[in-house]
Amino acid sequence: MFGRLTWDSVPWNQPIPLITSIVVLVVIAAVLAWITYNKWWRYLWSEWITSTDHKRIGVMYIVLALVMLVRGFADALMMRAQQTVAVGASQGYLPPEHYDQIFSAHGTIMIFFMAMPFIIGLINFVVPLQLGVRDVAFPTMNNVSFWLTASGALLVNLSLFIGEFARTGWLAFPPLSEKQFSPGVGVDYYLVALQISGVGTVLTGMNFVTTILKIRAPGMSYMRMPVFTWTALAASLLILAAFPVLTATYAELMLDRYLGFHFFTNDGGGNSMLYMNLIWVWGHPEVYILALPAFGIYSEIASTFSGKPLFGYRSMVFATLGICIVSFCVWLHHFFTMGAGADVNAVFGIASMIIAVPTGVKIFNWMFTMYGGRVRFTTPMYYLVGFMITFVLGGLTGVLLAMPPVDFVVHNSLFLVAHFHNVIIGAVVFGVMAGYTYWFPKAFGFTLDERLGKIIFWCWFIGFYLAWFPEYALGFMGATRRLQHIADPSWQPYLDVAMVGALVIFAGIVLTIWQLVYSIRTRDRRLDLTGDPWDGRTLEWLTLSPPPHFNFAVLPDVHGEEPYWTRKQTALREEQLIEEPDYEPIEMPVNTPTGIIVAFFASICGFAIIWYIWWLAILGLIGAFAVFVWYAWRDEHEHIIPADEVRRIEQERRRVRTELLGQWKPVA
Amino acid sequence: MGTRRIIAAVPALFLTACDRGILNPVGPVGSAEKMILINSTAIMLAIIIPTIIATIAIAWWFRAGNRRAVYRPNWEYSGAIELVVWAIPVMTIMLLGGIAWIGSHDLDPAKPLPSRKPTVHVDVISLDWKWLFVYPDQRIATVNQLVVPAGAPVSFRLTSGTVWNVFFVPQMGTMIYTMPRMATRLNLEADKPGVYEGISAHFSGDGFPGMRFAVHAVPPAEFAAWAASAHSGPALDAQSFEQLQRPSSYVKPFTYGSADPKLFDYVIAGRPLPPVSPKTTPPAQHVSPQPPAGKNDVR
Repeated sequence: MFGRLTWDSVPWNQPIPLITSIVVLVVIAAVLAWITYNKWWRYLWSEWITSTDHKRIGVMYIVLALVMLVRGFADALMMRAQQTVAVGASQGYLPPEHYDQIFSAHGTIMIFFMAMPFIIGLINFVVPLQLGVRDVAFPTMNNVSFWLTASGALLVNLSLFIGEFARTGWLAFPPLSEKQFSPGVGVDYYLVALQISGVGTVLTGMNFVTTILKIRAPGMSYMRMPVFTWTALAASLLILAAFPVLTATYAELMLDRYLGFHFFTNDGGGNSMLYMNLIWVWGHPEVYILALPAFGIYSEIASTFSGKPLFGYRSMVFATLGICIVSFCVWLHHFFTMGAGADVNAVFGIASMIIAVPTGVKIFNWMFTMYGGRVRFTTPMYYLVGFMITFVLGGLTGVLLAMPPVDFVVHNSLFLVAHFHNVIIGAVVFGVMAGYTYWFPKAFGFTLDERLGKIIFWCWFIGFYLAWFPEYALGFMGATRRLQHIADPSWQPYLDVAMVGALVIFAGIVLTIWQLVYSIRTRDRRLDLTGDPWDGRTLEWLTLSPPPHFNFAVLPDVHGEEPYWTRKQTALREEQLIEEPDYEPIEMPVNTPTGIIVAFFASICGFAIIWYIWWLAILGLIGAFAVFVWYAWRDEHEHIIPADEVRRIEQERRRVRTELLGQWKPVA
Repeated sequence: MGTRRIIAAVPALFLTACDRGILNPVGPVGSAEKMILINSTAIMLAIIIPTIIATIAIAWWFRAGNRRAVYRPNWEYSGAIELVVWAIPVMTIMLLGGIAWIGSHDLDPAKPLPSRKPTVHVDVISLDWKWLFVYPDQRIATVNQLVVPAGAPVSFRLTSGTVWNVFFVPQMGTMIYTMPRMATRLNLEADKPGVYEGISAHFSGDGFPGMRFAVHAVPPAEFAAWAASAHSGPALDAQSFEQLQRPSSYVKPFTYGSADPKLFDYVIAGRPLPPVSPKTTPPAQHVSPQPPAGKNDVR
């Protein structure tokens, strides 16, 4: 009846997961009670959960990312604490079977459910605004993508309360992840959760490729698109090319585990090396799916806060596309030590190094964007400078790892772990934190507290160096990754410093939550009434903050690379706005519960597959399919916003902009 | 302990801890890799340090409050600068790419090391969670201890009897994967006698942290003597190999007095060893599953 699921699947005798489970359940119950008490359900349902508005979906992605950041970081603190105490004679407080789940969950959650949703959330929020359009190509599909990602996140976190998570590392290499060596439900949780969220990610990729290629404001040619939009296009293309490989790879591993196939097994002609190749064909482009949009964020910030156009726009676009293509030709550098020949290693090593060329160009171009500028040191600008310093060091260690003879001695070591945290924290996390601060006022109509923002930056910056530079050193001492126990007591001081670094970052994360609460409570002091709090240059700053549902009353006419900046400067010089247009009714997509219902059935089905409850899995599949049929037969697709309503909102915008005409001065 | 004392202790600790790492190599492979590591780092630092300084200097000089800085709000392109910013990384990568090409070929793990001394052959088989070293020429085998003659090249064939692992002796250099049903090759040499630590550098399950071994590089004469005396130990036959394959971690080093030189081929082929000959008595419990200092077996 219930497959493998029994009463003993709940970790009754393991205090750490049990207490965590109880605390999390209490917190969730409290939040739900609070929503009920305030009668917010109707509002949440109609304005957020079923919303097809790309801005709302973007915000929901970022909320998911922030929650998962807390979960993933809790894992990080536990790992750091274990390695700090489990040195020499001590075995620490986490037994291997628990520690191994923690590092697997940390990697899985941070990449798939923190970094990806954060980046995708920002892309969702910003790209249609930057393109000067009203929504993405497929608004309902966008909602489905989000809820499928949330469904994956739910299943991964459910493994904490019921059963266990994978004990194989975040990429679940076979043969360790095969049924012979990992018979439990952990790897199944991993595979099923990532298959479900992977579908959501592919749908997002399709959506944004279509949106950017097909739906742009009049006059917005490719070479006039903002660089963030270019990077979003590159990332979406990478998603379309790479994620199907991941889905196929996981499907093969699932066939091995569920139906006794022999893709990657030790017997029956299986070859585990195949998995290593396939997973990194996805895995290396994945790095750039995260990093390219982060580079795009830095480009927007560098230009805005230097008060100048981006230096070398064309170079930036070519560099982005160059990285996009070359990132598919380097995957083998993840296993130089797997016994490939010298020619193969050298070719892939050099290909990997070539990526440093366009990346280096980007660094120089940001530098020359600041050169001759009037640099305003807001929080996003701190992140930009912090990133440029940190990232070149990560680039250095990256090129070292791309050098096969060096990789031969630092592969899989803490040097490697320090390297990818150097680029993931130094580029991606700094980038999304900068983007979060930069676009927050556009989303909510008030800025985040700057003083706290800068403290948070310093926590991440200093915390990163404290946490990861000792690990670079440990890598040189021969420390490998994923050690539940440290044999060499002379490593203790390094581990202690790393622990301090993790605590400093932890302080930054706590302050991020506090900054949000504090900024909401004191929002009256920092209201953005203009829609353009940073003196921006791209089209998202043309509209109000927060933007109306339809973004732009009239789609802006684009002339040149910086349409909004040109328009703003003209208005300031001539001391008048452009002529008021004729208003027409606007068609916008209706809300839909499709996403959350599909995700509900997908979660049920996924859970049932994990626990071998076949009847429930079939029910879940039928349910999900029925929702699609029901959706396909719907009658109402769009609702009309009347011209009067459009006029009212646009005239409000023109009123605040007219007030600025006397106050702001044109730039010569 | 005062902060100052901690700060003073850090460089000292770096030195002591490093004396077992990859920056303190004991053989030609590790030394060459260390050289490439240092050269490449130096080449890149020559670019990166000025870049970091320039970033900070430009950001600071062009701060909004600095009236002496010239604001050029429309300056967005310079062909000469574009040429330079593409040329610097291209030339750096051409140089580093050359080093990578030559280094990859010189230090190909499968390439035999040039030496006038005879090569010692060792078959490495990773098990859950210990290392089995078979000496096909000497017809002996060891667990978690690798004895090699100092100054002579050692040629390894490696595979796994279980999941993936990585054979790595940081001070000797190059690591390599051990993979079931597949053989990899590795050539290393220890120049001077000593005891060097070896690890598995690829996560392989719950007992992974206990998968450590010691490399004893001994003078050649001593090696021969050790190999001769090792024959007194129990035999590694089908039965004892089956016992050895059972999961255990933190296993104490142990020597088998006799081993089938074809053991490696059986493991690669996924075939069981030939049955025990009646003359060989199965040895008693020779593998200690007990980790040091009263730790429990991780299983």
